[in-house]
Amino acid sequence: MNMSNIWFIMKREFNGYFATPVAYVFIIIFLLLTGFSTFFVGNFFERGEADLYPFFSLHPWLYVLLIPAISMRLWSEERKSGSIELLMTLPISVFEAVLGKFLAAWAFTGLALILNFPLWITVNYLGSPDNGVIFAGFLGSFLMAGGFLAIGSCVSALTKNQVIAFVLSLIVSLIFVLSGYGIVLDFFSSWAPSALVEAISNFSFYTRFDAISKGVIDMRDMLYFASVIMVWLFANAIVINARKAD
Amino acid sequence: MTLRIEIEDLAKHFGAIKAVDGVSFSVKKGEVLGFLGPNGAGKSTTMKMITGFLTPTRGTVRVCGHDVLTDPIAVKASLGYLPEGAPAYADMTPYSFLRFIADIRGLSGNEKKRAVDFAAERAQIKNVMFQPIETLSKGYKRRVGLAQAILHNPPVLILDEPTDGLDPNQKHEVRNLINEMADDKAIIISTHILEEVHALCTRNVVIANGKVQFNGTPHELEAMSRYHNAVCVSVESAEQDKFSAFLKSLDFVSDIELLSAERGVRVYPNQGQQITAELSQAIRANGWSIDSLYAEHGRLDEVFRTITINSAQGGK
Repeated sequence: MNMSNIWFIMKREFNGYFATPVAYVFIIIFLLLTGFSTFFVGNFFERGEADLYPFFSLHPWLYVLLIPAISMRLWSEERKSGSIELLMTLPISVFEAVLGKFLAAWAFTGLALILNFPLWITVNYLGSPDNGVIFAGFLGSFLMAGGFLAIGSCVSALTKNQVIAFVLSLIVSLIFVLSGYGIVLDFFSSWAPSALVEAISNFSFYTRFDAISKGVIDMRDMLYFASVIMVWLFANAIVINARKAD
Repeated sequence: MTLRIEIEDLAKHFGAIKAVDGVSFSVKKGEVLGFLGPNGAGKSTTMKMITGFLTPTRGTVRVCGHDVLTDPIAVKASLGYLPEGAPAYADMTPYSFLRFIADIRGLSGNEKKRAVDFAAERAQIKNVMFQPIETLSKGYKRRVGLAQAILHNPPVLILDEPTDGLDPNQKHEVRNLINEMADDKAIIISTHILEEVHALCTRNVVIANGKVQFNGTPHELEAMSRYHNAVCVSVESAEQDKFSAFLKSLDFVSDIELLSAERGVRVYPNQGQQITAELSQAIRANGWSIDSLYAEHGRLDEVFRTITINSAQGGK
């Protein structure tokens, strides 16, 4: 794998976000929604605790809605405009292209996440939070965003239509979040063997993220997100190979 | 003799449709191969297989000695490709687009700057370098695609309809550009503009229904025309019947065709031989005075139709 190729693809894609107002609109909406969910849904002040749990707890839901908006164009745009023919006849491998594009989207999401730093300043001003836990929360959120982006990237390779890519990514992402919720697990636990219920729960982004954002940085959770990302990106490369010329 | 592109028994089937079905040819350094054929004949599909975008159903492609199946990266590194319709990243400017291509092509520093400059100069896009590609006219977009293809000075160029959608002046410029580069490269261009056969190509491959129907020089292609070496002649105030009878009596004439009072008669030679000199001599010797007399080279559009339509009927 040629690292500089990945870097050039990533750089082009990342700059591409800022070539149109999409990037700014996305960042503003993301910040508005995180702010809203922290103060109104998460009751940041009323809880009277110096942590960012209200901020992080709704991230899975925000991502289900917003990440497909970033990932939908990654490959469907490329296929629709025909530029995929150009890209895939340059001396790079499919996986380098997949990884480069994914990393650009991930870096962009990371940027949007970091722009929430005023909240961190606020909570440090108001009290003395455990900054280790807050760091873990950011790390967990970033890893989870990577998972959603990998799903979205793979799905966007399936279609030339960005709207279809958006809706499909949203549905798949929803499944990966919901599978950690009690109500879904209860439905399975009434009839399925407990090993299966455990497996479903283990596959949930929500369960993994919740653990990390509480400050428990477990290697297994990290590995989980890393492998989710790799599996989806691998599938992404296979889809590109099969459908690039359609 | 250095073969830059070698294609053997190349085929691509989409389900039951045989888009390309057993195509073989090769291109040497210094050759410009004109790839002709009706729409849907398999030109673009063949080009996509040469450039490694499509995987062949069977057959082999070698570019500069590299097999496209076992070493696609080496193949892609040694060729420049203008895909059909010249796709590019619409929201980039030609400047940033060409710099991106240069990065991927492994150029950096001064080398990169020179390559971008050179390609922009040759493709004549210097005046639009900082406008988003989506705002450019069709002609400029095409030339941005050309600049991208020649940027790394590749030994092999594959250009899918490089002059499609250009105005006559732009076509002329692009043809000049291709001719200038022809000496030290192997070039394949696809086209259905027949005038480009003479303007550009040293050799032609005509493809129809996924098969090669003709492979030879532009001259050989013309020679297939029934008009090849035919002579149009008109004489002053002749009695047409008498003149026609005289022409038919000549032993090197196979047939004649009456055109009109002004344009006279078209005389077809036996076995495609050159008869201009003999014919004019014979006419004068018999006391007619020639108004006009000219030899035809052959009509490419007619040859093109004959080759491609016959193959379509043969295929049924």
